[in-house]
Amino acid sequence: MERVLKDDAVEEKGERARMAAFIGAMAIADLVKTTLGPKGMDKILQSTGRGRSVTVTNDGATILKSLHIDNPAAKVLVDISKVQDDEVGDGTTSVVVLAGELLREAEKLVNMKIHPMTIIAGYRMAVECARNALLERTMDNKENIDKFRSDLMNIAMTTLSSKILSQDKEYFAELAVDAVLRLKGSTNLEAIQILKKPGGSLKDSFLDEGFILDKKIGLGQPKRIENAKILVANTAMDTDKVKIYGARVRVDSMAKVAEIEAAEKQKMREKVQKIIGHGINCFVNRQLIYNFPEELFADAGILAIEHADFEGIERLALVTGGEIASTFDNPESVKLGHCKVIEEIMIGEDKLIHFSGVDMGQACTIVLRGASEHVLDEAERSLHDALCVLSQTVNDTRVLFGGGWPEMVMAKAVDDLARKTPGKKSHAIDAFSRALQAIPTIIADNAGLDSAELISQLRAEHHKENCTAGIDVITGSVGDMQKRGISEAFKVKQAILLSATEAAEMILRVDEIITCAPRRREDRM
Amino acid sequence: MALAFDEFGRPFIILREQEKKSRLRGLDAQKANIAAGKAVARILRTSLGPKGMDKMLQSPDGDVTITNDGATILEQMDVDNQIAKLMVELSRSQDYEIGDGTTGVVVMAGSLLEQAEKLLERGIHPIRIAEGYELASRIAFEHLEHISHKFEFSATNIEPLVQTCMTTLSSKIVNRCKRTLAEIAVKAVLAVADLERKDVNLDLIKVEGKVGGKLEDTELVYGIIVDKDMSHPQMPKRIEDAKIAILTCPFEPPKPKTKHKVDIDTVEKFQTLREQEQKYFDEMVQKCKDVGATLVICQWGFDDEANHLLMHRNLPAVRWVGGVELELIAIATGGRIVPRFQELSPEKLGKAGLVREKSFGTTKDRMLYIEKCANSRAVTIFIRGGNKMMIEETKRSLHDALCVARNLIRNNSIVYGGGSAEISCSVAVEAAADRYPGVEQYAIRSFADALDAVPLALAENSGLSPIDTLTAVKSEQVKESNPHCGIDCNDVGTNDMKEQNVFETLIGKQQQILLATQVVKMILKIDDVILPSDY
Repeated sequence: MERVLKDDAVEEKGERARMAAFIGAMAIADLVKTTLGPKGMDKILQSTGRGRSVTVTNDGATILKSLHIDNPAAKVLVDISKVQDDEVGDGTTSVVVLAGELLREAEKLVNMKIHPMTIIAGYRMAVECARNALLERTMDNKENIDKFRSDLMNIAMTTLSSKILSQDKEYFAELAVDAVLRLKGSTNLEAIQILKKPGGSLKDSFLDEGFILDKKIGLGQPKRIENAKILVANTAMDTDKVKIYGARVRVDSMAKVAEIEAAEKQKMREKVQKIIGHGINCFVNRQLIYNFPEELFADAGILAIEHADFEGIERLALVTGGEIASTFDNPESVKLGHCKVIEEIMIGEDKLIHFSGVDMGQACTIVLRGASEHVLDEAERSLHDALCVLSQTVNDTRVLFGGGWPEMVMAKAVDDLARKTPGKKSHAIDAFSRALQAIPTIIADNAGLDSAELISQLRAEHHKENCTAGIDVITGSVGDMQKRGISEAFKVKQAILLSATEAAEMILRVDEIITCAPRRREDRM
Repeated sequence: MALAFDEFGRPFIILREQEKKSRLRGLDAQKANIAAGKAVARILRTSLGPKGMDKMLQSPDGDVTITNDGATILEQMDVDNQIAKLMVELSRSQDYEIGDGTTGVVVMAGSLLEQAEKLLERGIHPIRIAEGYELASRIAFEHLEHISHKFEFSATNIEPLVQTCMTTLSSKIVNRCKRTLAEIAVKAVLAVADLERKDVNLDLIKVEGKVGGKLEDTELVYGIIVDKDMSHPQMPKRIEDAKIAILTCPFEPPKPKTKHKVDIDTVEKFQTLREQEQKYFDEMVQKCKDVGATLVICQWGFDDEANHLLMHRNLPAVRWVGGVELELIAIATGGRIVPRFQELSPEKLGKAGLVREKSFGTTKDRMLYIEKCANSRAVTIFIRGGNKMMIEETKRSLHDALCVARNLIRNNSIVYGGGSAEISCSVAVEAAADRYPGVEQYAIRSFADALDAVPLALAENSGLSPIDTLTAVKSEQVKESNPHCGIDCNDVGTNDMKEQNVFETLIGKQQQILLATQVVKMILKIDDVILPSDY
């Protein structure tokens, strides 16, 4: 056959292509499989970059993001995990595992000579049916605030139980729920600042009502201010450049240099005077504040904080209710921020600035303490997952039980559908139900339990109407999820179900893989 | 390579570095070219039809594309062979002209080449084959016109349009919600269509995608969506009855194009410059405010000071908006793009009923919706989907559907799909062949056989027995003289495509036949290939 493609390009067709796609996807699923569930294990990732930095994590998205993958089908799975992370925050492992299981079942069907398109048709019917089954069994406690809060607590604890924070999950669940409820329905998690300070134990972490800025107070300035009026600014506080294009200083004598310098100083002094004229006692700037203006501020008894990062500024503006100012000519109409007390506090070794007693309680700070950087990083990721899930749940208040309960509910509905469906599609629907049941099986396996025994017990329980049974991994038995308080957010489960099926479908439809020759890079060794 | 020698035994050198070049001549060249063309067609063959499979392509940079669209597959395949490149061009020109049927055209060209090879083996001259094909394609072209139907639609009765778009979408991965997408595509096209002139400017339809959510959440927005947010975090997120100033000048001090220097040598000059600068910012913002704008959309960046002044004067602003988007906003809101602050005037402002910022997911992803515009002639289709590849594929599929809807507005003739048009043409060409004396008769017959390739591939991809199905349908067409019989890909139970509501546009089909014939003629006429040999 004539060669059509470029030299290094590889073309795989038909069965071989399908096998390559299946195997790649399943390998990825198997890779993250062991991290699933409360007794899932962690992975160590070592980067190839300089420093060979090490990450220890249990988070599916983080693991997959750091892998360099060559198999194109595997890339599809990495992508869905990333999207899951961006969209709902949690379930990044589950979505990959479910997609992997769906493909594993599909492989068996393909070997039975069932056409992939038939499998896809079956999967589509099954996913619709599974989603409806879940929708029917959701609980919504939007009306009852106390109950909703306990729902949130349960969800947070369930999410955290599979992470490093599981020892103190109640404590952290409380933290996360408090933080999210402060957001009042917005999903902008940037308003929640997570500060990591090594030292102490995880239990020493706390939620701060106010705002903590990781900065030091300038020398000679007050260390504590009560009833602070804060001006949040984004302006240059070094020598103010002339912005008119092409302007430059050209002088012919030393005297003139001095004159211009004096004028510059005068300009800065005026600017500072204007800022002081706002009647403030605290000034926070995003850019640097040079020594000269800092001295002026200190003279006026104003606390000046320089070089706060952009997000810090935005958050501070949000917390204190001030606006971010860049010009200072109209002091009467600039909104200033307010807070009761600004003081310097010590956490561990470091000095931080603490704003407390703020008007708007939207933002808050969580300070994480822990033995090492790795622990803190992982704790931050876990907490981030919990916060994401909670903030999504606040918007979509439907809640499900956890512990494999949703999977079993879906599997039961899908099984019923399979029995009613004539034709080859029913095999695919059956396979879908098996893939769903694989998730609780893996969770049980990871915990070292007798999965076959537990799943069969669970299935028998689910044969009864309105059953609330699930696997309790801690005690290693089938139990009532309602009593144990294990809940999950409906939105997360739905996203897992839909995107896993979508990804499986995409990979199934492929019958040819063409890999282009890699682009040559000059600096290749 | 054969060389000619002069009387002293020295070779004549005709081509530069002749000895390094490989050369194929005569029948060998034609055979090699045909083989290459067939190889390309073979790759696409399995993607045809509602049960066609997808291809997974990995680009040189490692990005993965999964697609069913012929033009995209060929474009990303990075082919090396010259003839294969011609096939890629073929599919691309079908894409530019019609937008749909990019796979079909390549499959047809491949099968024409296959038939030509057989004729070549019988010793028929390639030019005669080419002429025969040309004659046959004209017959098929006219026959298509003959069996086509006009069908009526209007702004209120969009059902026929939706049905046709659904046929296009049914072969793509998005066929799960083809009904919704088809409706979106038709509504979008009708919104921007000029029914009087029968023209549609597809540039007015912006297709924007964002990962997350599900395919069913895809929506049609009568307005513009910009992937930007307000320049200052504290500006209002929702503006009603917005008057929009659309600027292409930055909120920065002017930069004259001629070279210049401003020398500061005295304190006075330093101070006047400073005042000048402040006045400058102030004036810019004041100008916008004076003409009554309530929203500023700018192509360039803002200086920090200007940004705060805008915020301060309660004038929300968006910066770094791309040129294309800026134009769309101008069209949608009926505003004028203003290149200088001095030229701002109230009548140049665009108007929109509602401008709002919407955030997505858990990350800081925000988009700006400009809705209820003065002129609803620009629309946006906003796609959601589980992953990036899904979004990309949906974009491509929707593009096909949009093109189909546009073609129908230009020319409302349709033929029936499912291979029925090809079978009918094949029958007509076969019958016409006998009327031509000479060698061309063979070529015309071969053309008729080649037309069968599309229904054959359709049947094969659907898991039907190809020859049985094709012959059954063909005899049905001839017996009942019903040109609507096609391949029943979805196992509905009837072969009548009219009942199944499977339509394709007439111009799309005609273009397919013409383009495929043209390329095949071109390939057949090549009898000498000179290649720089491998080094």
